[in-house]
Amino acid sequence: MKNYIFSQFKIGFLSLLFFTILTGLIYPLLMTGLAQLLFSIQANGSFIINHQNTVGSEFIGQYFSDPKYFWGRPSATSPYSYNALASSGSNLGPTNPALISAVKTEIEKLHAANPDNSDPIPIELLTQSGSGLDPHISYEAAQYQASRIAKIRNVPLNHIKQLIEKMIEKRQFGFLGEPRINVLKLNLALDEEV
Amino acid sequence: MTENSIIQVLFYLTVLLLLVKPLGLYMAWIYEGQPCFVDRVLKPIERTIYRLCFIKPEQEMNWKEYSIAMLVFSLLGTLAVYAIQRFQVFLPLNSEHFAAVPLDLSFNTAVSFITNTNWQAYTGESTLSYFTQMTALTVQNFLSAASGMSVLIALIRGIQRRETTDLGNFWVDTVRGIIYILIPLAIVLALLLVSQGVIQNFKGYQKAKLMQKVEYQEPMTDNTGQAIKDTAGNPITQAKVLTEQVIPMGPVASQVAIKQLGTNGGGFFNANSAHPFENPTPFSNFLEMLAIMLIPAALCYTFGVMVKDKSQGWAIFLAMLLIFLPLMFLTLCAEHRVNPEIIKISDAQILQKNGNMEGKETRFGALNSALWAAATTATANGSVNAMHDSFLPLGGLIPLWFINLGEVIFGGVGSGLYQMLIFIIITVFVSGLMVGRTPEYLGKKIESYEIKMASFAILIMPLVVLLCTAVGLITEVGKSSIANPGAHGLSEVLYAFSSMTNNNGSAFAGINANTLFYNILGGFAILIGRFWIAIPVLAIAGSLVQKKIVPSSAGTLPTNTPLFIGILISIVLIIGALTFFPAFALGPIVEQLMIYGY
Repeated sequence: MKNYIFSQFKIGFLSLLFFTILTGLIYPLLMTGLAQLLFSIQANGSFIINHQNTVGSEFIGQYFSDPKYFWGRPSATSPYSYNALASSGSNLGPTNPALISAVKTEIEKLHAANPDNSDPIPIELLTQSGSGLDPHISYEAAQYQASRIAKIRNVPLNHIKQLIEKMIEKRQFGFLGEPRINVLKLNLALDEEV
Repeated sequence: MTENSIIQVLFYLTVLLLLVKPLGLYMAWIYEGQPCFVDRVLKPIERTIYRLCFIKPEQEMNWKEYSIAMLVFSLLGTLAVYAIQRFQVFLPLNSEHFAAVPLDLSFNTAVSFITNTNWQAYTGESTLSYFTQMTALTVQNFLSAASGMSVLIALIRGIQRRETTDLGNFWVDTVRGIIYILIPLAIVLALLLVSQGVIQNFKGYQKAKLMQKVEYQEPMTDNTGQAIKDTAGNPITQAKVLTEQVIPMGPVASQVAIKQLGTNGGGFFNANSAHPFENPTPFSNFLEMLAIMLIPAALCYTFGVMVKDKSQGWAIFLAMLLIFLPLMFLTLCAEHRVNPEIIKISDAQILQKNGNMEGKETRFGALNSALWAAATTATANGSVNAMHDSFLPLGGLIPLWFINLGEVIFGGVGSGLYQMLIFIIITVFVSGLMVGRTPEYLGKKIESYEIKMASFAILIMPLVVLLCTAVGLITEVGKSSIANPGAHGLSEVLYAFSSMTNNNGSAFAGINANTLFYNILGGFAILIGRFWIAIPVLAIAGSLVQKKIVPSSAGTLPTNTPLFIGILISIVLIIGALTFFPAFALGPIVEQLMIYGY
């Protein structure tokens, strides 16, 4: 039995070494090679270049609090919103008073930025996303903010609404996921066109 | 639930169902060593491993030898993962200069990854170097999954073979599982994920110029890293202005692919598959969700092929599916509603059509988040694309219940089915008692030794979960980690120990799991939950394999009928419900009543 256990340790050690090299080095390197060859933009973070500046990744949300921009989802990352180095949700439970006060704060912010808007507020604008980096808002959440943007930028509301329509990302293949709007792209288009 | 929700759910289930048979058949070929169309490419690699590692593929093992090989491999794996984390400062590919991972966290992560649990007490993007992610975590994602499958295959051989002690060779089963099943699937999935936007590179963290500056208060720290506080005990902060966003990079797709396929679930990033770089689009979400269930579901068919009666495999599959569907449906319904506590806020009207979005991502919505939650907890995967802690009480109860059914509803790769086979042994035993006959399963008599071992395997899990939860709830060290007040706090502790003991790995993540108490006690719960079940399973295999096949007679209870499926489902649900109902009543059930009860 002793000999058997010893032999198993030898096999175990060698095969662990072998698989560390195969699945820990060769496999990720091979995938990186293939990924860089076939999908180099995606593999490197889908960065958006605007006037020679890297302004962000298509998939990593940014924090907007300026009323002239569309705002994204509230973010729970610390110490500041949309900290890409500390992805995290709020993890507030449904009966936690802190959840209710966080929602109230968001309602106040939205109302303060545009006191005339009495439309129902889309739930995405009041709740914190799972990653804290959600790059999207729903179509309704963009529509809700249109009147504020139009007022501050002093452009016709229709103009903003058309821009939103243009930026809508439909359900993938027509049925997967939810229709949505990329906040960073929308704001870039806003600065560009309005 | 809208029409589109139903279409998405049906599409998911249909694709899964279509893949069960081909993949199940393929896996049966691989484990039976039959010649196969991929041999030309993979056989040379397999032979090289045997030669280099002194593996004698023709050598058969009895159950004790098989167990020893598995334990040795796990022990060496633990040491390696532990050492790599502790020494990552001295190892390459540490572009962000992360320090050595603390002792208790390294221990927890090591045992959690070798047992296929992948509980995430670490924060990937700020703790682990690329080298650690690859050579410690990714490697164990393959190895722990493969060794779980090997134990299952040994048990199946115990049922299939007769009057021998040979259960196969652990090394051969594990090597073949990795080379022929996991690696090819992972390569395909990783590439598909990259095409959707999952990153795969070795760059340092990238900087992007923010469109709008971010002003914030940063807590000041002294040179030991402790927060400085003023005389009133409040932390002193300083105003900072941010003009750039630092975005983490890394070889993500290669790890995400195998973490989904191998029911591992430990993420590259803290937010796991809610992170846009792990799961950027609805299609990547679909693929990852499919990968969660794929192998565990297909193994039912593999079982049927290997015992030469496919209806037996389908019967198990059906039993699992019939438990999965209604519970999944409940979670979907719960999460399609907005939290009534939020609706009650009188300051504004709220547009409710998108359901409970706290902790969820816009691109997935309530539907895909709830569907994922059901899939990831029914199987022992444990990756998340939404924060379970912020689910409504019923929505969170179902994942917790799935985990505490013992991870048998598809379950972990290999481990799910071998634990379900233990429930089947209990079921034929109970049925046998009712008619007064010696119970048998697929021609093998089930006798007192098997029942003793099965009881061992079944009783240990609730015992560990409930005891550890109790300890967590009465000690200061346990309670201080709780994030949410009231009944929800109890759910957090219960979920943590349920998830660790059942080797799931998801969390009510508000709980601060990275403390000495949770890392160490949880680490032992993880180990017991894996090996205290796997070893009795191998013992049962060792006992069954020596028995004769009893020809079936008029008195034999057929195990592929609706009647049997019904009894099996009842036994699984009764054991799962009775043991945990009191604990659930104090947590999610109370909370549900608090919200909807008046």
